[in-house]
Amino acid sequence: MSTPTEAAAPTAPKPTRIPPIVTLDAKFFWDGADQEQFLGQKCSDCGLFTFPPRPMCPQCFSVNRREVPLSGRGTVHGWTIPRHPPPFGFKESPIVAVIELEEGIRMVSNVVGCGYDEIRQDMPVEVTFEATMNNHKVPVFRPRT
Amino acid sequence: MTRKFTEAAIAGIGQTEFSKASGRSELQLAAECAVAACKDAGVSPHDIDGMVTFTIDNSDEVNLARCLGVKDLAYTTRIPGGGAAAAATIYQAMAMVNAGLCHNVLIWRAMNERSQYRFGQNPQQQQMSYQSGNGTGSLLWCVPYGAMTPASWGALQAARYMHKYGVTNRDLGYISVQQRAYAANNPNAWFYGKPITLEDHQNSKWIQEPWLRLLDCCQESDGGVAILVTSLERARDLKQPPVQIVGATQSIPYNVEVISNYYHEDLTVMPEAQGVAKRLWAMTGLKPSDMQMAAIYDAFTPHVLLQLEAFGFCKPGEGKDFVKGGGMALDGALPTNTNGGLTGEAYIHGMNSMIEGVRQIRGTSCNQVTKKTVEHVLVSSGMAGAVLAKA
Repeated sequence: MSTPTEAAAPTAPKPTRIPPIVTLDAKFFWDGADQEQFLGQKCSDCGLFTFPPRPMCPQCFSVNRREVPLSGRGTVHGWTIPRHPPPFGFKESPIVAVIELEEGIRMVSNVVGCGYDEIRQDMPVEVTFEATMNNHKVPVFRPRT
Repeated sequence: MTRKFTEAAIAGIGQTEFSKASGRSELQLAAECAVAACKDAGVSPHDIDGMVTFTIDNSDEVNLARCLGVKDLAYTTRIPGGGAAAAATIYQAMAMVNAGLCHNVLIWRAMNERSQYRFGQNPQQQQMSYQSGNGTGSLLWCVPYGAMTPASWGALQAARYMHKYGVTNRDLGYISVQQRAYAANNPNAWFYGKPITLEDHQNSKWIQEPWLRLLDCCQESDGGVAILVTSLERARDLKQPPVQIVGATQSIPYNVEVISNYYHEDLTVMPEAQGVAKRLWAMTGLKPSDMQMAAIYDAFTPHVLLQLEAFGFCKPGEGKDFVKGGGMALDGALPTNTNGGLTGEAYIHGMNSMIEGVRQIRGTSCNQVTKKTVEHVLVSSGMAGAVLAKA
């Protein structure tokens, strides 16, 4: 057993980011994120990518859908820095962005590891993950060179 | 009685005071504005036979009918999409009268959206939950990312547009300054007697940097607004000069979602407003230059530019020059939001600007358009719109 003289390893600060609201139709997406997998939804019959996930393909009406790994690469389609009210769960204002993925779908996320004066429209980014409260993770994006 | 096509008209408008703390229930606000609209028209609330409100209005039809002594309610419906769909209430009421299903349709929206609940607080302590009719994509897909307020969703939507056309935040200031000038002259407005300058706008704090400042955002307000819709024929015999609903429509194109519009093809346009414009001009045979005034939903200032462009009052990207050149002023090409809009008067989910359109046709606005006779008014909330006319 260790003695009390040993310094305790510094504990990582507890995540304060709000966990996602999980619905049945999007459960695969958030479950994947917990495992640091970035999954998209593709129609098994006609191959259409859809986001946000949904129970039926809007092109061929198939309910057969596949969860497929996404490339995780995309560009910043639009972005903003929420200043007021301070977004709950963040110590500093995040950069919120609409990310256009290579697969031709868009999602709202954050750009991390990027200064407020460095963010640019159409900037290339790639997926990474950040922890939330209640032991979940969500996909976010960082600058890609 | 057999069914027939019946022209519809607005016979009455009513409202409570607009405040930050009404001190009474939302149901009471609803009942008060409903009675005000009926009194304005000269119709007994007992004779209301149709009711329309927003899906997210907290008052129940039956409870409101109990307050008003409604004898025999024949039709109720609610519209999804929040304030962006506000004008769809007029659309529904028009259709109910057109179809001969109702004689006196009450439209209401009443809320304590400042004193009872607010957007942008800790969502886990709010009544913000996943419900249909809310345009909930925002909540589901934005909250973990710190985009928790309508302003953040609105900024994300505006960013691509502003970037493409080089619209600066200062450009947006001209909208705020004009609307606050109107509000300053409107005793009903929260900002009565309080005009602002472009410098005031530029000195207001960032809400969404670098797109929206405080003075680009609508207010948070308590209050209620009601409209009474009946047949044009019947309206002619009532207390007020009738305001005909010559056309009204709604448009929700594929992949468009209220304010959280990130998924449709071109984020530099507002496809829902384009859809409304296309149908509305086709339905009425009218065109932008036939409008003498407009009430345009302005939850955030960029929405005004996108709608001006969607309806063809100016070309894509030219909205900023239109407003900078005084296009929204009383002597401009299109006097707009002469009540002060949602930034200057109050935010009753767009309904308060729609009744300003009625006042302009009646000739009773405190910022009355006098340079020309107001024959036609465009009412647009983005996802729905209507053309009102002097009957």
